[in-house]
Amino acid sequence: MVVDQLSDTELDRLFQALADSTRRDIVRRVTVEEYSVSGLAGLYAMSFAAVQKHVAVLERAALVTKEKRGREQIVRGNHDGLQKARLLLDEYEAIWRQRVDRIADILAEG
Amino acid sequence: MSVTDTTKNLEALSFTLTAEFGAGVERVWQLWEDPRQLERWWGPPTWPATFERFDFEPGGKASYYMTGPEGEKAGGWWRFTAIQAPNRLEFDDGFADDNGDPVEAMGTTHATVTLEDAGGRTRMVIVSTFESEEQMEQMVQMGMEEGMKEAVGQIDAILAEHANA
Repeated sequence: MVVDQLSDTELDRLFQALADSTRRDIVRRVTVEEYSVSGLAGLYAMSFAAVQKHVAVLERAALVTKEKRGREQIVRGNHDGLQKARLLLDEYEAIWRQRVDRIADILAEG
Repeated sequence: MSVTDTTKNLEALSFTLTAEFGAGVERVWQLWEDPRQLERWWGPPTWPATFERFDFEPGGKASYYMTGPEGEKAGGWWRFTAIQAPNRLEFDDGFADDNGDPVEAMGTTHATVTLEDAGGRTRMVIVSTFESEEQMEQMVQMGMEEGMKEAVGQIDAILAEHANA
């Protein structure tokens, strides 16, 4: 099972990271294009330090990467981390696809 | 192929599945309304579901357990929040302890099922919304205990049967 490939700690971090709406919004944005931390801070009604903390949580959960460029810290979506979250939904999809197959089979009996 | 579309919303942790069946809406509705028919497909082949209670009315509850290959049992409960026969069904879905009581800590999934006529066939859309992220993982864990290979093997066998028929 794919889920087993994630340790409990990794899963905890992943779910904790996605449980906050600001952090989900950050993930959405930086997956499309890179942002500096100060650029992100300008988007929300919260301090630079608060946004920096959110980014740090996302970084620990491997959902984003952060790198220094001059005086700026550039945040980008981490494809691998997002992929892990997607795997969970893929597993759920497999469960439902099997149910649909069983329904189709019952209906085929007439 | 019965499943025509699936959509996953990663941020909202929701899952939408659309399927089409070669049977009328009333017939497909029976598979949800009648617990004896429901238990034929809700649980995987190696973890069949048994519904012990099934109050099919708004606010009504259902309780069931799934029995594993070693005789182990995993309990679940539903609470019907909306029923409009034969087109719409909404329910909360969660885990239950050995007594059939809800395990609140494990959260609930909200499911919305719609059945609509598609020229004599039935289009079924299921939207599952996860209340918490941990809960999504638990649902997956429970649903996957069957052993994927066995389920796939059974489907293959059925398909082979039809091919020979």
